[in-house]
Amino acid sequence: MKVLVAVKRVVDYNVKVRAKADGSDVDLNNVKMAINPFCEIAVEEAVRLKEAGVATEVIAVSIGDKSCQEQIRTALALGADRGIQVDVETAAEPLVVAKLLKGVVDKEAPQLVILGKQSIDGDNNQTGQMLGALANMPQGTFASEVVIDGDKVNVTREVDGGLQTVSLTLPAIVTTDLRLNEPRYASLPNIMKAKKKQLDVYTADDLGVTVTKHLTQVKVVPPPERQEGIKVADVDELVDKLKNEAKVIS
Amino acid sequence: MSTLVIAEHDNSSLKAATLNTVAAAQQLGADIDILVVGGSCGDVATAAAAVPGVGKVLVADNAAYEHQLAENVSQLVAEVATGYDNVLAPATPNCKNFMPRVAALLDVGQISDIIAVDSPDTFQRPIYAGNVIATVQSADAKKVITVRTTAFDGVPAEGGSASVESVDSVHDAGLSSFVSEEVAESDRPELTSASVVISGGRGMQNGENFKLLDGIADKLNAAIGASRAAVDAGFVPNDMQVGQTGKIVAPDLYIAVGISGAIQHLAGMKDSKVIVAINKDEDAPIFQVSDYGLVADLFEALPELESKI
Ligand SMILES: Cc1cc2nc3c(=O)[nH]c(=O)nc-3n(C[C@H](O)[C@H](O)[C@H](O)COP(=O)(O)OP(=O)(O)OC[C@H]3O[C@@H](n4cnc5c(N)ncnc54)[C@H](O)[C@@H]3O)c2cc1C
Repeated sequence: MKVLVAVKRVVDYNVKVRAKADGSDVDLNNVKMAINPFCEIAVEEAVRLKEAGVATEVIAVSIGDKSCQEQIRTALALGADRGIQVDVETAAEPLVVAKLLKGVVDKEAPQLVILGKQSIDGDNNQTGQMLGALANMPQGTFASEVVIDGDKVNVTREVDGGLQTVSLTLPAIVTTDLRLNEPRYASLPNIMKAKKKQLDVYTADDLGVTVTKHLTQVKVVPPPERQEGIKVADVDELVDKLKNEAKVIS
Repeated sequence: MSTLVIAEHDNSSLKAATLNTVAAAQQLGADIDILVVGGSCGDVATAAAAVPGVGKVLVADNAAYEHQLAENVSQLVAEVATGYDNVLAPATPNCKNFMPRVAALLDVGQISDIIAVDSPDTFQRPIYAGNVIATVQSADAKKVITVRTTAFDGVPAEGGSASVESVDSVHDAGLSSFVSEEVAESDRPELTSASVVISGGRGMQNGENFKLLDGIADKLNAAIGASRAAVDAGFVPNDMQVGQTGKIVAPDLYIAVGISGAIQHLAGMKDSKVIVAINKDEDAPIFQVSDYGLVADLFEALPELESKI
């Protein structure tokens, strides 16, 4: 069984991103970039399926300019077998990413596609579901457990109030939540090996996809600042402030 | 112009998130209908018909929709959406699951998690864990939108008398089926709509200690939340996670206990009206966003707080 994993290059999660002074975009100059944490969990899950003898090949795909090859190499160092970069110049919107991934799905015919539930830059939480609709595949989003069972996959999902398990007919889509697994670190030998693994580059044209624009970012601004409050000396003062100053308890 | 609002519900009751979404929909200035998709969900339709300002309530009541399977629900919503200019749903885990499928079936982008409507095609939404607010303009004729419920005050639940019509088309994609559910029953208010929330973090040390929050929550009629670290460590269930990738809350009072204040956590609670932090580390970043900070050991502070409120 072939598994396709989508990975995205994003700002490292420790970075506090700011808007540029002119409000045109966020300031990503000299900012550390990394693989999106949810995508890292997706790669780990795919690699574990391979180690368990369920997956035969793990392909890591990223949509972006040349710099995203770095994140594909990270996925390869974590255990993916080969990589695909779909070369697009500007950051593509989720619908376009989903269409490009559909193009890759048509070429590779994976039985399982694993993606992160959201990327920590755009916070959209859309791509996996959109790919599901375009490829007419069932989806198990926000997954905390994935169990392959013959021609089906059982996915336990983090939902309102707890957990839900659904059974999906393969080929299927999974999007990862935080509790699915704890990703490993890449070892130095594996990082070296990853440099030699196959990495193909496609264009949108190769995949027969027209890159369209649905949303325009007009401006970005910082959120309203919270005023720093005070420290209270003890519980008595806290209760007094909440009752008499903030008036949020009676 | 017309707007379709997708109801959030559990087949028996209409959830408050729907009322916030109707409020956001009103700002688009178009007529509003509500779509209830579920199984044996007649009571939800009745409740939706009582929401003021709603033209009609459409109900697709079928076993294929009972468990909100995205493959089925999205096809139905996309079909009904052909008659509307806007489709809005709350950004709840359930609607986040099927709405992007709806958008893709309609070949339009989705605008996720809006916090303000600037005009019928221009919206504000937080990105990068809420560290910046983006204004985005949609070029699509049909707009598919999810709404951050905490950013819009809900319309009243009563006062309207919309007509109820049933939608008979059944979409069963046959690709997925429901297996089981483990849902914790709680008498507490819902995390996302409670007026007081008290959350525990890694500092709570274990699940048993979360009981220290119970007494306070009882007295304040509060919901209980948690940081990711507390959920990952297995202290409490996943649906209690507040933050960028968990639930977004904005109560009148948020009390963070043993939580350091990572940006991902702040993203889920920094729009609360009053924030209290209890932490033994006086340099913890949570104090930078809190109105009242108490530097103390939580194991001493919590019992005292419970006895004094
Ligand atoms: C992709 C991604 C998504 C994430 N999403 C979320 C999210 O949605 N929500 C979220 O919360 N986090 C999220 N995180 C995790 C986040 O980065 C932090 O790791 C997490 O919030 C830390 O939780 P914490 O504050 O409970 O733990 P810590 O950072 O370990 O803080 C524990 C605090 O407890 C205090 N403490 C300890 N003992 C006591 C005591 N006896 N009395 C008083 N105080 C005490 C300590 O001083 C410390 O400040 C995400 C991370 C990533 C990478």
